[in-house]
Amino acid sequence: MSIRKSLIGAAIVTGLMTTSALAENTFKYAFQGSLKSLDPYSLNETFTLGTLGNVYEGLTRRGPDLKIEPALAESWEIVEPTRWRFKLRQGVKFHNGNDFNADDVLFSAERVKSEGSDLKTRFPDGTKFEKVDDYTVDVILTAPNPILNAEWSTWYIIDKEWAEANNSVKVTSASDQNASTISLQANGTGAFKISNHDAGVKTTFDANKDWWDAGSGKHNLDSIEFSTIASDATRVAALLSGEMDLVYPIPVQDINRVNASPTTSALTGPELRTIFLGMDQIRDELLESSVKGKNPFKDVRVRKAFYHAIDIEAIKAKVMRNLATPSAIMLSPFMFENAGQFSRLEYNPDGAKALLAEAGYGDGFEVGMDCPNDRYVNDEAICQAVVSMLAKVGVKVNLNAQPKAQYFAKVLASGSFNTSFYLLGWTPGSFDSWNVLTNLHGCRDEAGNGGLFNLGGYCNDKVDELSAKILSENDAATRLDMITQAYKMTTDEVAYIPLHQQGLAWGVSSNVDLVQRADNELMLYYVNKK
Amino acid sequence: MLAFVIQRIFQSALVMLVVALIAFVMFTFIGDPVDQMVGLETTLEEREQLRERLGLKDPVPIQFLNFVGNAVQGDFGISYQFKRPVATMIGERLPATLELSFVSAIFALVAGIPMGVYTALRRNSIISKFFLTTSLIGISLPTFLIGILLIDVFAVRLGLLPSSQRGEVVEIGWWSTGFLTASGLKALIMPSITLGLFQMTLIMRLVRSEMLEVLRTDYIKFARARGLRDRAVHFGHALKNTLIPVITITGLQLGTIIAFAIITETVFQWPGMGLLFLQSVQDVDIPIMSAYLLLIGFLFVIINLIVDLLYVFVDPRIRITGGET
Repeated sequence: MSIRKSLIGAAIVTGLMTTSALAENTFKYAFQGSLKSLDPYSLNETFTLGTLGNVYEGLTRRGPDLKIEPALAESWEIVEPTRWRFKLRQGVKFHNGNDFNADDVLFSAERVKSEGSDLKTRFPDGTKFEKVDDYTVDVILTAPNPILNAEWSTWYIIDKEWAEANNSVKVTSASDQNASTISLQANGTGAFKISNHDAGVKTTFDANKDWWDAGSGKHNLDSIEFSTIASDATRVAALLSGEMDLVYPIPVQDINRVNASPTTSALTGPELRTIFLGMDQIRDELLESSVKGKNPFKDVRVRKAFYHAIDIEAIKAKVMRNLATPSAIMLSPFMFENAGQFSRLEYNPDGAKALLAEAGYGDGFEVGMDCPNDRYVNDEAICQAVVSMLAKVGVKVNLNAQPKAQYFAKVLASGSFNTSFYLLGWTPGSFDSWNVLTNLHGCRDEAGNGGLFNLGGYCNDKVDELSAKILSENDAATRLDMITQAYKMTTDEVAYIPLHQQGLAWGVSSNVDLVQRADNELMLYYVNKK
Repeated sequence: MLAFVIQRIFQSALVMLVVALIAFVMFTFIGDPVDQMVGLETTLEEREQLRERLGLKDPVPIQFLNFVGNAVQGDFGISYQFKRPVATMIGERLPATLELSFVSAIFALVAGIPMGVYTALRRNSIISKFFLTTSLIGISLPTFLIGILLIDVFAVRLGLLPSSQRGEVVEIGWWSTGFLTASGLKALIMPSITLGLFQMTLIMRLVRSEMLEVLRTDYIKFARARGLRDRAVHFGHALKNTLIPVITITGLQLGTIIAFAIITETVFQWPGMGLLFLQSVQDVDIPIMSAYLLLIGFLFVIINLIVDLLYVFVDPRIRITGGET
C-alpha cells in the first residue's frame, strides 16, 4: 500500500514538475474565513486588515517580531509633546502609477474618521493633520499620546485622486445602496496587486515589480492564489493533497497528522490573544445563580477560590495539546516587559474550598456560564474543563455554549451584559496595555459607557486614574512603572482569571519558507517558494 | 379551469409570504448582526448609529413590510458582510449550485436506473446484493461523512481529484461554467457523487420495485409468449412502463437536490448558494439569509405549481372539483 502510494505520489510530483517548470512561482494558500469587502476602512478585523496589508501600506508597518518599522513614512519625531512630524518616503507609486504624497495622507486621515469607518480608533478625536510640504506631514494632538502610531501599521494610505475618480471617497457601508469601486478593487502601494477578487471564494494577487521595497528580496513569488476553505477537515486535506502551500488555522488535533506527512509540517507559535474567565461583579444579584439577594463574585475570596480551582496545566496538556502558554496577566508577555513579575495563583482545590467556606459558601453554589463554541481554539472544551474543575470545589456550573453570533449577542453591551460567568479572548489592537486597562478594566455603567468589554463590570477608581495617566505619559520608564502598578492592583483583586495565550497552528508545505507573526497576520512578502 | 389556475397562483403567493414571515421571525433569534459587522473596538455609539442606518431599530412589522416591498421589486438589499447587492451575489453563486445539482441528478439517473433494472432481473445474484448493501450505506451515512471519506481516499491518498472548490471556470456572459475545463470537470466528480448518492439509491430502489411489479403483469407474460427476446421484453416493455414514476420523482427531487446542496457545498468548499447561505448564518448576514430562503421557497412553490397544473391536464376529476374547493 505504502509503496503504491509513494509510486503514485512520485508520478504526480514528476507530472507537476514538468508543468510547473514553465509556470511562474505561484503560492496557494487557504484560510478558514473570507476576504469580503476590499475597502480597508470597512472592518477592523485581523484577517481582513492583515491580508490587505500586502496590497496597501500604512505610514508604519510591523516586522516579523512585531516591532514598528518605517513604511510609507521614512522617519518621524516628536517635535513638541503634542506635535509629531512624519517624513514621507519619496518616489513611491500606487499600483495605478499615481505618486504617493502628503495629500494622500491627509485624505486618508479624513476618510478614516468619516461615517461608516470602523477604524476611527486609529488616532484620537480632535487630532489635526497638517501638510508642511509634499513629503512632510505634522500631526497635532490635543494631549500627549505616546502610542499615537501604534495602530498605524493597519491604517492604510489610499490614493486621493483614484478614490475621487472612482466614487470611493465614502467608506463602503452596508447601509449604502451602491457598492463603491474600492470595495471590489484595490489600489495600494504594497508588494502585491489584486488581480481578481471573487469575494468569499478566491482572490488572486500579482507581485508588484515596482514596489519600493522589492530590492530587499524578501519574496520570490510571481503570483498568489488565496481561497477560503471553511471546513477544517477539507482545509487540512487540501494541504495534505499538495493543492495548497499553506492552510491556516489547522485544528490542534490534526497537528500530528500534518507532521506525519513527509511533505507538510505544522508551524506553531504563541498568539497574542489572551483567553480568560470573567465574573459579573457589578450586579447586586447574579442573573443565573442559586444565590439570591447577594452577588458572590463581589467577594474577592470567591474570585480567588475560582482561580485556585483552575488546573491550568491540565487545560494546557489535555484540552490544548500543549499549544497554549498559561498566563498570569491579561495580555501577552510580548506586549509587556514586566510580565515576568507576575505569577498565577497556584492550583489548590483545598485552598479554594477553604476560601469558599470562609466567604460563606461552604456548600458551594450554582452559577450559569456563557461560552462561545466557534470563536477561539477549543473554546467549548476549555469551558467544559472549567466546569468539572469547579465541580470539585463544590460549585455547580451550568454551561451554555453557543455559536459566537448568539454568544456575543447575549454577553456584550447590545445584550445588556446578560451573563454571570463567561469565557472571552482579547488582543489589544494597539499592542499596548492602555487598551487592556480601559476596555477590560475601566469602570462602566449599565449601558457600557466606560469599559465596553468589561462585561463583568470590575471597577477600581485608582486603576481608572492610572490608565488616564498612562494614556498621555511620554516617558517610557515612568509609563511602564504605572502600567505595572495598575496590573498589580487588578491581579490582586482578581478582576479576571486569565487562562492562557492560545497558540497558532499553520499547516505549511515543505517547499515554502515563511514568517509566522504572533498577531496571526500573514505577510506574503516574507514567503519564499523553493 | 382558469379559476383553478388563478386560485393556485394566489395560494402560491400566500405560501411565499408565510415563508418570508417565518424567516423574518427566525432572524430575531439568530444573534446581533451589528456585532458581526464591526471590529471589537468600535464604540457603543457607532454601533447604535449603524443599527439606525440599517433600519434595525424600526419595529419588526415595519422592517418586514419594507423587506417584502423591496423583494417584490427584486431588491434584496446589500449584504451586511460583503457590502454588495445580494441579488448580484446570489446570481454569481447560482451557476455553481445549478451545475452541481444537474450533474448529481444525471449521476443519480445514469447509475440508479441500470442498477435498479439489474437488481430486479437478477434478484439473487451476488452483484445485486452488493448493490443493495451499498445503497443502504448511501441512505444511512450522512452526506458530510461520505464527502470527507471521498476526499481522504481520492484527494489525499491517491491524489487523483481536487479536494475542494470548482477548479478553473469559464465565464460565458454572467454564467460561470466548470464544464469546459479539465480541472472544472474533475472538481465536479466528488461533490456530485456525494450529493447524488442518496437520490441514486432512491431511484435504484424505485426502479427495482416498479420492475418487479411490472414483470408480474399479464402483458409481460404475453410478450414472452409471443417469443420476444428477453432484452426486448425487459427494456422495450417493462422498463418503459417503470419510468413514469421515476420521472415524476426525479423532477420533484431536483428541488431537494438544490436545497440540500448546502452540506455538500460546505464539505467541498463549493462556491454555490448553499455555502453562501451557511456562511451568512454564522455571520448573521440577514439580507443574504432572507433572499436565499425566499429563493428556495420560490423554487418549491414553482415545482409544486407546475405539478398541480400538470395533474389538471392529466386527471379530469381535479378539473371538476377544482372549481368548488
